[in-house]
Amino acid sequence: MALNLDFSFLTSDVIKANLVSTFEYSVQLTAVAAVAGTLLGTLIALMRLSSQPALQRFARVYVDLLRSVPLVMVILWFFLLIPSGFYSTIAGSFGDAHRPELAAVITFTFFEAAYYSEIMRAGIQSVPRGQVFAGYAVGMTYAQCMRLVVLPQAFRNMLPVLLTQTVVLFQDTSLVYAIGASDWLKGFQTVGNLFNRPAEMYLLAAAGYFVISFSLSMLVRRLQAKIQIIR
Amino acid sequence: MIDIKNISKWYGSFQVLTDCTTTINKGDVVVVCGPSGSGKSTLIKTVNALEPIQQGDIVVDGTSITDKKTNLPKLRSRVGMVFQHFELFPHLSITDNLTLAQIKVLGRTKDESLKRGLKMLDRVGLSAHKDKFPGQLSGGQQQRVAIARALSMDPIVMLFDEPTSALDPEMVGEVLDVMVGLAHEGMTMMCVTHEMGFAKRVSNKVIFMDAGKIVEDCSSADFFGKPEERSPRAKDFLSKILQH
Repeated sequence: MALNLDFSFLTSDVIKANLVSTFEYSVQLTAVAAVAGTLLGTLIALMRLSSQPALQRFARVYVDLLRSVPLVMVILWFFLLIPSGFYSTIAGSFGDAHRPELAAVITFTFFEAAYYSEIMRAGIQSVPRGQVFAGYAVGMTYAQCMRLVVLPQAFRNMLPVLLTQTVVLFQDTSLVYAIGASDWLKGFQTVGNLFNRPAEMYLLAAAGYFVISFSLSMLVRRLQAKIQIIR
Repeated sequence: MIDIKNISKWYGSFQVLTDCTTTINKGDVVVVCGPSGSGKSTLIKTVNALEPIQQGDIVVDGTSITDKKTNLPKLRSRVGMVFQHFELFPHLSITDNLTLAQIKVLGRTKDESLKRGLKMLDRVGLSAHKDKFPGQLSGGQQQRVAIARALSMDPIVMLFDEPTSALDPEMVGEVLDVMVGLAHEGMTMMCVTHEMGFAKRVSNKVIFMDAGKIVEDCSSADFFGKPEERSPRAKDFLSKILQH
C-alpha cells in the first residue's frame, strides 16, 4: 500500500492560519478545565468526605454519573442543554460567536471535576488523621484546617496524578469535534480537507498530540521525584 | 480548671469510657496511666473535644464543651496539645509551624507571632533549626518543636498524649526535660505517659485507668508511696512496671 505522502502544500501561511490559534484554544481549554475542574473537584471531594449524608449522596451521584457516560455524550448533551442565550449573557457577542468553544470549556470543567474529585479524595485521605487533630487542637475551624493543613498536603501528594490526568484531558479535548468547536484537531482537519490531504494531516495531528503528551508525561515523572514531602 | 463530670463514650456499641469523673486544678500536674486500651488517650482527647462524648460534661475554665453555644475552636486555642506522633505540619517550615495558628486563629500580627514563636523555640533549645522543615529534625527535636508550637498560643493548660512513646530511648530525656521545666513553672498539665519516673518526681496527682474506667485518682505521693492502699489492678500494674 502506497500512501503517497506529500507535505508540499503545508506552507507557513497555512500553518499560521489554521494550526496556531486552534492550538492556543486547545491549550486554553485544557488549562481552564484543569484549574476550574480541580477547584470544583476539591469541593466535591470535601462533600463526599463530609458527615452530611445529603452532601455525600450528591457528590457520589455526581461522580458516578459523569464517570459512567462516554465523554462525547457529555459534550453533546451539555451543548444541547445549555440555552443559546446563555453564551451572549456571559460573554456578549463574543460568546454568541463562540458557542461550541465556550460550551466545551464548561463541559470539560464539570466533566473533569468528577475525575479530579476522586484524585483529591484519595489525596485528602492520604493525610494522616493526626494532622486534622493537630489543626483542630491549635484552634482551627474545619475550613481553616482543610485550607491550611490538609489540602496543601493532599494537593502536593497528588500533584503527579493530577498532572497525569491533565495530560489525558489534553488528549480528550480533541473530542470537541462532536460539536464543531475549533480546536487543534479541527485545524488539522480543515487543512486536510482544504488540500484534499487528510492522511497527511491526521498523521501530523497524531504526531503533534503525541509529542506534547509524551513530553508532559516525562516532565511529570521528573517532578514526582522532586516534590515528595519529607516526613 | 478542668472538671470532668461522669463522662461516657462509645465507639458504636463498644464503650471506651465509662462514667469518668475527676477534677484538675490550676497548677496541677496530672499523670494519666494504665494498660494499653484502657482509654487514657481517648480521655485526654475528650478534654478539648477532639473526641466527642455521649454522656456527661467537661468544663474547661468555666466553659462547657458539650454546650451547643460553645465556640470549640476558640476553646481549643487556649488548650495546648502535644501528640504521640508530633503532628507538626510537614509542608511548613518550623517557623511557619510556630506562627500559623497564632496568625490565623489568634489574629496576631506576623511580627508578634514570630517573636513569640522564636522565643518558645529558644526555650526548647532549637533556635538554630527555625528555617528547617519538620522532616529534617529527629523525633525528639520534632516533639520539642510541637511543644513550642503549643506554648506559642499561650495556653492555660497543656495536654500531653504519650509524648515520648514514639521516641528512641535516647531522645526521651530531652522531651521530658522540657516538660519538667514547664511543670516547675506552674503550668497546669495533664499527661498520658508511661514514664513513671516523671510521674513520681513531677506530678502531684495520678489517675490510673483500666477498661475505660478511672480506677485510681489520688496524689502521686499516695499512688507510689502507699501501694498497699491501691486497688488490685493498680497494684498489678505497678508491680509490672516498677520491678525493672
